[in-house]
Amino acid sequence: MTQSRVEPDAGFDHVAPATSGSEPWVVLVGNPNVGKTSLFNRLSGERARVGNYPGVTIERREAKLRLPDKSHARLVDVPGTYSLSARSGEEQIALSSVLGIASNPTPDLVVVVVDAGQLIRNLYLVVQLVEMRLPMVLAINMIDEVDQPISVDLLSEEFGVRCVATNARTGQGVENLRNAIAKALEHPALPQRAKVDYPARLHERVELIAGAVPDEWLHWQLDSVTDGDRGARRHALALWGLTSIEADDELSDIPPALREKCLALESEGAEIDLEIVQARYAYLDALAERLHGERDLHPPKRPFSERIDRWLLHPVLGFVVFIAIMLVVFQSLFAWADPAIGLIESGVAGLQGFIRSTFPDSILRDLVTEGVVGGVGNVVVFLPQILLLFFFIGLLEDSGYMARVAYLMDRIMRSLGLHGRAFVPMLSGFACAVPAIMATRTMERQRDRLLTMLVIPLMTCSARLPVYTLIIGALFPPSKAFGLVPVQGLLMVGMYVFAMVMTLSSAAILGRTTVKGRRIPLILELPPYRFPNLRSILRSMLERSLAFLKEAGSVILVCTVALWALLYFPRAGEAPPNVDPVVHQAEALENSYAGRLGKGMEPAIKPLGFDWKIGVGLIGSFAAREVFVSTMALVYGVGEPEDEEAKPLREKIRAETKADGKPAYTPLVGLSLLIFFAIACQCMSTLAVVRRETRSWRWPLFMFAYMTVLAYVFSFAVYQGGRLLGFG
Amino acid sequence: MTLDTARIGEHLRIQQVAGERAFRRRLLELGLVPGTRVELKRIAPLGDPIELLVRGCSLSIRRAEARSIHVAREVSAESAARPVATCCDGGESLQLEEEGSAA
Repeated sequence: MTQSRVEPDAGFDHVAPATSGSEPWVVLVGNPNVGKTSLFNRLSGERARVGNYPGVTIERREAKLRLPDKSHARLVDVPGTYSLSARSGEEQIALSSVLGIASNPTPDLVVVVVDAGQLIRNLYLVVQLVEMRLPMVLAINMIDEVDQPISVDLLSEEFGVRCVATNARTGQGVENLRNAIAKALEHPALPQRAKVDYPARLHERVELIAGAVPDEWLHWQLDSVTDGDRGARRHALALWGLTSIEADDELSDIPPALREKCLALESEGAEIDLEIVQARYAYLDALAERLHGERDLHPPKRPFSERIDRWLLHPVLGFVVFIAIMLVVFQSLFAWADPAIGLIESGVAGLQGFIRSTFPDSILRDLVTEGVVGGVGNVVVFLPQILLLFFFIGLLEDSGYMARVAYLMDRIMRSLGLHGRAFVPMLSGFACAVPAIMATRTMERQRDRLLTMLVIPLMTCSARLPVYTLIIGALFPPSKAFGLVPVQGLLMVGMYVFAMVMTLSSAAILGRTTVKGRRIPLILELPPYRFPNLRSILRSMLERSLAFLKEAGSVILVCTVALWALLYFPRAGEAPPNVDPVVHQAEALENSYAGRLGKGMEPAIKPLGFDWKIGVGLIGSFAAREVFVSTMALVYGVGEPEDEEAKPLREKIRAETKADGKPAYTPLVGLSLLIFFAIACQCMSTLAVVRRETRSWRWPLFMFAYMTVLAYVFSFAVYQGGRLLGFG
Repeated sequence: MTLDTARIGEHLRIQQVAGERAFRRRLLELGLVPGTRVELKRIAPLGDPIELLVRGCSLSIRRAEARSIHVAREVSAESAARPVATCCDGGESLQLEEEGSAA
């Protein structure tokens, strides 16, 4: 049986710990798909704080790590990486967080998680970390997945670090790891010198670069680091620079001198890369032989995953299963979330009614009911879909199927400039853009995420449906085109097709212009299928929801109050006894700031066929698209619609006439309005969540601008074109 | 030959990896160094990408990039054993037929 090495401290050269009063900083690194997140959750045992790495919008999870002596360390999860070498800002995070550069704290300890089933490839990263002379502990995870025991002692001796076998899924070995971390923090030690045998020519080049490595990169949380250690890290960083720094890389904070020296050797870059990587693998392959003898010459097979893939990646069956799985995800967002949403909505309405009937009429009462309670409702109402979507995403990611989605869809998504993993978020966009935009987190590259985020709100979300139903029902005849197809149904389908075309062409255009990125060749690992860890999934659902409530929720709340004020002030007061209160309300609305704004913008929206009443509806619908229906009902003085049909409102709209007696709303106006709603970013919650995900107002503002301009142009073309052709 | 021309199930040995530098470096770092054995395991239903088995790990890359990976067919123990296997299969079925005719 594999035994962890915890007690003996002989063989580790002791270095006195730096005297710092605060909790030690421990970073968790490893390849993707090695169960790093599960191990993080096991070690921390409490909810993680989700923040960002300094300077980039890459998520950083941080939690308290309880040590056996009841003290704590701070544990930080670093995004999975195969190597420290980097060409983009995202990839650079691994180096910055282990070295403690670029505003990251200098770690006291690096915990490296490796996959026991992919040991050699995982040890590649370990070799790089050893070369950097980082104090570390090695966790050999997924120890249950290998048939032959791994000699933990041999690895421990080889690298001169504490080494523990773990299984994050069951918790096996986790306490040993915790002890090892505590021991390593108590008696800090640096690993053995790496034994990679680089060619002599490479040494000469490294010497050329090493002098340009900045001193700030040579920091340890230890007092007694020798010059030898500093020199070793200097060399390791020279190797890093030689493989990472290129004329067109996207790295940040590289000192000009280092960049210059590395670029001088760029013409030999390909050869240097090969020399470095080959030397490391030569060492690792030799180590593999010592670890396993001759047995490992044949790589471990994965019969279970292989058997499943035979079905799930089958040319025909694979797609059938894929569509079935996606339908379940979609259906759940669309339909299963409904009861919970209904419950929240009626709860909010009940509370509003209670406050209204309990307290006397006042501005404060209305602010609380309409603005605050309504605003909180507007935030909470997203939770069912967010929870459900992250439940499914957790299942798909944890089981290993998400990588297969990218594999199956790559051909299609790539032609649109999107990542294969963008499929699930985009599909979710049919239900609601808010959880869909949050789901773009499954993509590692910022550019891929941004592009997906920018086009998701063009998908026909469920909030558009009540608007479409109202417009189509009111302004289009229930007749059949060519005596066959019902016009109304055809229009509804047409709206979905139109939205799809808009989404995909916007992705293709934005991907080549605004969020242009280098075309990155796909390297996709298909991890073995594994049973999803329900605890991890529940935890991520909770963390996402809380992050949404805290960061997007506040923006949504403020916007709701602002919109309420627009529609409420100046205050009209009680209806005189001889006036129908509903009519009075309509007059008050016309006189409100929103009403005035609607009238003020009439000249601008007139070329689209819209009057000021639609203008007020558009302002109101910014809270959420479906609010258009109830705002229109208020404008027309028919009271809140009682059901989806909104019959009285439909009749009012149909009967509305212009000054000359002609109907105000023709089918052409209806079509123009449909097109406008299909494209325009009439949703403050979407903008709020984009702000939260991109950490700036820049992208939500860009999104609002591009979608509004696009909507205006299309509606204009439809309305004016239709008029030229003699319709409406 | 290059990897994009390989047949499914074929055992190959990497000779050289060319192509764009960052991509090539990543492949090398994933263990696709010259001399490494690689098997073309599957082609995605839409014809791209392709799935490779390298060092016990399933990796997918696109055909366009597979073109920059130079490989040689490997006369492995498994493929050498195959003709023997078919011979035995044939022998067995022949024997069965004989038995059938005898009955």
